Amino acid sequence: MKKITWALAATAMTLAITVGTVQASTKEEVQKRGVLNCGVSTGLPGFSIADEKGVWAGIDVDGCKAVASAVLGDATKIKYVPLNAKERFTALQSGEIDVLVRGTTWTLTRDSSLGLNFAGVNYYDGQGFLVSKKLGVKSALELGGAAVCIQSGTTSEMNLADYFTENNMKYEAVVFDTHDATLKAFENGRCDVLTSDQSQLYGLRTHLPNPGEAFVLPEVISKEPLGPVVRQGDDAWLNIVKWTFNAMIEAEELGLTSANVDAMKADSNSPSVRRLVGLEGIAGKGLGLSDDWAYQIIKQVGNYGEVFERNVGTGSPLNISRGLNALWSKGGIMYAPPLR
Amino acid sequence: MSKSSKKQFWWNNAQYRSLFFQVLLVAMVAGFFWFIGSNTLHNLEKRGISTGFAFLSQKSGFGILQSLIPFTDADSFGRTFLVGLLNTLLVSVLGVIFATVIGFTMGIARLSNNWLIAKIATVYVEIFRNIPLLLQIFFWYFAVLRALPSPRQSWSAGELAFVNIRGLYLPQPLFDDGFGYVGWTFVLAIVATVVIARWRKKRQEETGQQFNIWGAAFGLIIVLPLLVFFAVGSPLSWELPVLKGFNFRGGVTIIPELTALLLALSIYTATFIAEAVRSGILAVNSGQTEAASALGLHKSKVLKLVVIPQAMRVIIPQLTSQYLNLVKNSSLATAIGYPDLVAVFAGTTLNQTGQAIEIIAMTMGVYLTISLTISAIMNWYNKKIMLVER
Repeated sequence: MKKITWALAATAMTLAITVGTVQASTKEEVQKRGVLNCGVSTGLPGFSIADEKGVWAGIDVDGCKAVASAVLGDATKIKYVPLNAKERFTALQSGEIDVLVRGTTWTLTRDSSLGLNFAGVNYYDGQGFLVSKKLGVKSALELGGAAVCIQSGTTSEMNLADYFTENNMKYEAVVFDTHDATLKAFENGRCDVLTSDQSQLYGLRTHLPNPGEAFVLPEVISKEPLGPVVRQGDDAWLNIVKWTFNAMIEAEELGLTSANVDAMKADSNSPSVRRLVGLEGIAGKGLGLSDDWAYQIIKQVGNYGEVFERNVGTGSPLNISRGLNALWSKGGIMYAPPLR
Repeated sequence: MSKSSKKQFWWNNAQYRSLFFQVLLVAMVAGFFWFIGSNTLHNLEKRGISTGFAFLSQKSGFGILQSLIPFTDADSFGRTFLVGLLNTLLVSVLGVIFATVIGFTMGIARLSNNWLIAKIATVYVEIFRNIPLLLQIFFWYFAVLRALPSPRQSWSAGELAFVNIRGLYLPQPLFDDGFGYVGWTFVLAIVATVVIARWRKKRQEETGQQFNIWGAAFGLIIVLPLLVFFAVGSPLSWELPVLKGFNFRGGVTIIPELTALLLALSIYTATFIAEAVRSGILAVNSGQTEAASALGLHKSKVLKLVVIPQAMRVIIPQLTSQYLNLVKNSSLATAIGYPDLVAVFAGTTLNQTGQAIEIIAMTMGVYLTISLTISAIMNWYNKKIMLVER
């Protein structure tokens, strides 16, 4: 609460005091500061969560790292700002953070009326339901009259209402501020169902005392393209963030990994690889970055596939299959425009 | 040299000079706010952030757990404001009532001659006054309510009322035709009782004769409406909560979020009220009590006629602050999901529309209005009981 008050006050102040049209470019500001301020969640396994030593990890955290590698050449120079769903846009608008990578669904309203721009999609998700096995429910259509735990300030609240209205069912929405409170209420039996994006449900499930007792229902009730967000009005910065994520997808397509990128840079004579690592073509000039920006991302963070497997994929406790998030050439919809 | 011969400039005139500087100050303050306001609007527009209050009529599209007025997801964002406002008022009004009752009881108990009662009150005050309110809210919500059973194992009271982790389910009264007569009789009875009480006071002041009002009040307020009730054929039926599907349907539901918030707010605020009451009573000079006793007044009369009226003068200003605190603290509701104004309007609605400045301004306006209203009422009451110098 305190944080949001400060952030709001800060926004109000910035908006009130900023005069004229001169705005420092975010890229220059970040490079001058030497640190990227990156907005993440307050703790969501697989996406962004800090361990007991305060080390952040997750697919969204790797997004932050990729941007830092490209802009600063060092994936560790990041200040993580944990934000709840309600605080996130205000923190970005007020300049408290440079980029928001926090499982944020790309919608028309958000893109057009919040003064923000979405720079792409780093995870294609959809909303689902987590229920206890004891409830004896097999489908979301049997949930009429259920009490539903939900996190406030998310698209899930609207999707939930739409789904239950469409199917002529009643429900009781119990709304909490954070993932933790929502999960605790579900665990205590305050509600029958917890609804959120499916990826989050798998993550939250691992935090239950007995994860085997709960499962995710098969229905997916919405489209949730999650992606990084930047402030509107700084196109150069938008491009940097956009192409950072594209470079990671391109690297996976070309088979460049953090392990083999050095060797490939030295030996490969494939023009695509040479362009990506900055030996040929436009390299960093268009974005105003050093020529090896993409090389730094791959070297320090890895390609999209590596990031996915490490954090949420079959090698992680979440054990989510690639599905829609596979490359376009492998049955998914992850597709990067050509880097040339 | 005489004074009149020297020409006096207006800036040497103290009165004009002070007026000039005051006008200048007001103009500067107004100019500052105008600059802030117009600049904010300009910057919002430039950054492509929507402004204005048009969002209030847009469809909300989300559900709210508890609503005192009919609400569905097809209603507008404006209505979510009303729903949140009413929920805030509900918990504030109930909280003020409970806190006052507990506070006065505990404040007097702390001064009791009975060692055990006084110690219990002291321990209560010292514990609950010194733990942060947010922790107390979490305690009541997560720790205490966790002990409640699931819907299928609900505790029931004679199959009429049920308690489980989802809430307290009570029978709902359904008023049939003719119940209006009972209601009106009740209202008239209260008016009549007030009239009798005034007459009683006047007569006592004039003649010294006393009149026991309790019998008359009981007859008028309780017995008379009951007689009317049976005379018009018992126009009242009850809708019982029934276990259906996941939970109980029908009847009245009191959600655990309300219970937890109410418990925490009243118990916390009551400790401060108890201290205010104690200080108020102690502020009355013991000579007053002794003098009253010497006049032969019964202990209860001493309290009622001598101590309390004087103590109230000390208690009321502190009580006002505590009421204001309680109302403002009710915004912590958002932590446990009670749908108050901050959770619903400054939470979900803000996030769905993104219009932070308008929504926060409206929310602040509401709290300011509630607080000023409470202040005004309490100041009026304070004036009424203030020492009248004769």
